[in-house]
Amino acid sequence: MGLQGYLLVSAILFGIGMFGFLARRNAILMLISIELMLNAVNLSLVAFNAYHYNGPNNAGAIFALLVMAVAAAEATVGLALVIAIIRTRQTPEVDEYSDLKE
Amino acid sequence: MSVESLIALIPALPLVGFLFAVLVGPRIDRIPAHGHDAHGGDHSDDHAGHSGHGGESHDAHEEVDESSFRTIPSEEEQRATSPHAGHADDLANSNGADGVIPGDMNDGRGQVGHVVEGGARPRYRSWWVPTALVAATWAISMVVFVNVVFGGNKYHVSLYEWIGSGTFHVQIAFLVDGLTAMLLLVVSTVGLLVHVYSIGYMNGDRGLWRFFAYLNLFMFSMLLLILGDNFLMLYVGWEAVGLCSYALIGFWYKKPSAAGAAKKAFVVNRVGDFGFGLGIMAIWTALGTLQFDQVFARIGTLDPGMITLIALLLFAGAVGKSAQFPLHVWLPDAMEGPTPVSALIHAATMVNAGVYMVARANPIFAHSPAAMWVVASIGVFTAIFAAAIALTQNDIKKVLAYSTVSQLAYMFFALGIGAWVAAIFHLVSHGFFKGLLFMGSGSVIHGASGEQDMRFMGGLRARMRWTYWTMVIGSLALAGIPILAGFFSKDEILGEAFGRGYYLFWAVGLVVAFMTAFYTFRMIYLTFHGSWRGPRDAWAHVHESAPTMVVPLVILAVPTVLVGLLLGLPPDAGAIHTWLADVFRGAEGLGAGILPGSIAAGAHEGFTFLGLGGLLLLLGATAGTAGIWLAYRWYVRDPDAPARFVAAMPFGLGPGMYAASLNKYYVDDLYGLVWARGGVLVANLLWWFDAKVIDGAVNGAGWIAQRLGGLLRRSQTGRVQNYGLGMAAGLVVVLVAYLVFRA
Repeated sequence: MGLQGYLLVSAILFGIGMFGFLARRNAILMLISIELMLNAVNLSLVAFNAYHYNGPNNAGAIFALLVMAVAAAEATVGLALVIAIIRTRQTPEVDEYSDLKE
Repeated sequence: MSVESLIALIPALPLVGFLFAVLVGPRIDRIPAHGHDAHGGDHSDDHAGHSGHGGESHDAHEEVDESSFRTIPSEEEQRATSPHAGHADDLANSNGADGVIPGDMNDGRGQVGHVVEGGARPRYRSWWVPTALVAATWAISMVVFVNVVFGGNKYHVSLYEWIGSGTFHVQIAFLVDGLTAMLLLVVSTVGLLVHVYSIGYMNGDRGLWRFFAYLNLFMFSMLLLILGDNFLMLYVGWEAVGLCSYALIGFWYKKPSAAGAAKKAFVVNRVGDFGFGLGIMAIWTALGTLQFDQVFARIGTLDPGMITLIALLLFAGAVGKSAQFPLHVWLPDAMEGPTPVSALIHAATMVNAGVYMVARANPIFAHSPAAMWVVASIGVFTAIFAAAIALTQNDIKKVLAYSTVSQLAYMFFALGIGAWVAAIFHLVSHGFFKGLLFMGSGSVIHGASGEQDMRFMGGLRARMRWTYWTMVIGSLALAGIPILAGFFSKDEILGEAFGRGYYLFWAVGLVVAFMTAFYTFRMIYLTFHGSWRGPRDAWAHVHESAPTMVVPLVILAVPTVLVGLLLGLPPDAGAIHTWLADVFRGAEGLGAGILPGSIAAGAHEGFTFLGLGGLLLLLGATAGTAGIWLAYRWYVRDPDAPARFVAAMPFGLGPGMYAASLNKYYVDDLYGLVWARGGVLVANLLWWFDAKVIDGAVNGAGWIAQRLGGLLRRSQTGRVQNYGLGMAAGLVVVLVAYLVFRA
């Protein structure tokens, strides 16, 4: 199993995440799906680093660390927002959050 | 102290005077900073009787506290109560003459303080420091003048580098040669005398400190103009005298006609100055320097077309500043200013700046026959044109104003034919006698209770002896009567014109000399002879002016008599020729006699009393005498004669010609139509373009954005999944595009 194997897993993870983001109505599940997609990207970054990068300092792996940090921040902000909305709306269903539509 | 170190003091002292007058003057005169008048209590009984302020509502917003003034009639009231309200028709600009405004406390308001019944007039003292400084300037100028003229020295004093930017270098440096010395003589002498004269003339005007501040600033600017050794300093002085001229014409800024005349002078001058500025830029572009000696040394290396362009652009400035046709319209209107200003700025000094500049730039002009031809033609045409207007004017100052335009044109005529020295000679003598005539006219106006219309004067000779005799001397000089200044200078110009073969120009000049004598003595006879034609109560006030006003007249009469004899004898080779020889040497050798059909300088014979020269002198004197004789016939012996003459003109042209002359050949009306009305028309067109096209485009852009936004708004469904789907679809599109197009 070479690079393709990792990329295949990464693509599958990304597809699952995207499906979850589009198909789910629950805001928390959508956030989890986003995390899944982010981790799929991380996986491919690390894989590319291992197989194709010859530079001195493992830039791909460090980039993956950066993505994790961003993902953590994003999850924090996202969850805080979702919890705040759930408290006011009493529902996690994003269909109900349509006050800003045209 | 060496003369060199004194030269920088010449312009510096009036600058100090200006600062003093501005900073300390109001305190000396106890003029409150915001118009709340400290003297209000002194005059409470003066305005107690004037409860009706009906016409003054437009004054309500003015900064000056109205209640502290005597009631001054509004313009309408003045016209209604004026003893001769009916003649205001052709005197649109002289409403100051329509009523006598009580003189004291009239800062910015109008006529000079004469006829003050009852009550002491406040005595303002802020004149003395500025006047003393100008006196010191005069003394230094005379030292420099004597050193240059009699010592044969030439000074070139460099103070410091003013501008140094890349290859552009301008020094603050003074150049005093024969030409500058002649100007120094006129500017500082007339300047000092006008200062003294103003002490009497402006007595009791609240704005006295302002007046002397402007006068000193003017002296500074004018001295900078004539002393500068490069075109940029000349230009700075040039613009600064224009600014002072504006400020002083509009000195009585609450009089609409004065404010309008000031604006007109400024705007018309701007037209010429624009050309002048372009000319200076052209000089720098072509030669890379603005310093006179360097420019003149290298001007000959330029392309002839470029030289002509530079000369014509410079001359445009001279046309504006020296009020030559077609930019002459501002000078007659400038007579709205106080009379000392007319004498100093608009007769003796500032208007000479154009002549000075052309004379200074003589190497440039001498290289360009075309430019010389333009200078001479404009000069000759303006000379006869302005003289023809002066014949019929009724305002005493307007006669003198058109006379000034005509005499300046004489100088340009002389410059254009290459008679450089004669032009400067005429400049000097004209500076003296025209300054004298203007100050005399101010004395007359003072004595006649503010009246400026000669039809309402007459017989003043009996009560104003000093003014009468000094004005007669000035008039004889202007008319070109032998031994007086104007005779020598004017006939030298005519003699040069004839000698160099400009017979047509000479003939026109002779006619102008005749007309000049005629209108000058028409003025004298209408003003001083016959009997008083004004209102009877004004006659009771007619009196000789104060000594501060009369003494300058007497002093100026001396050079008016002597300058011609001292500088102009023998004609064609007088002392002034020696003094100015260096300045014009190059041009005399190069450019004289360049008009078609003319004879080069030196080719014509020298002056001989018992030859052609003497005959020409005789002809010139005869023309002057004939003009005086005709004026005497028409305005003393037989007052009906002018009307008969007009009626006797062939084809019934008489009344039309008279009206044309009286209305200044409708040039003002033409300009009003073309520039003022035309300007409004163009402005309306531009406004339409702005409102419809530009604003239309701007509003159109907004409209389009609004519509597009309306379309895009539909995509905002409020459903997160739709947005997510959009993002996913975008990703797919990018991927597909990548796969398809990567080859």
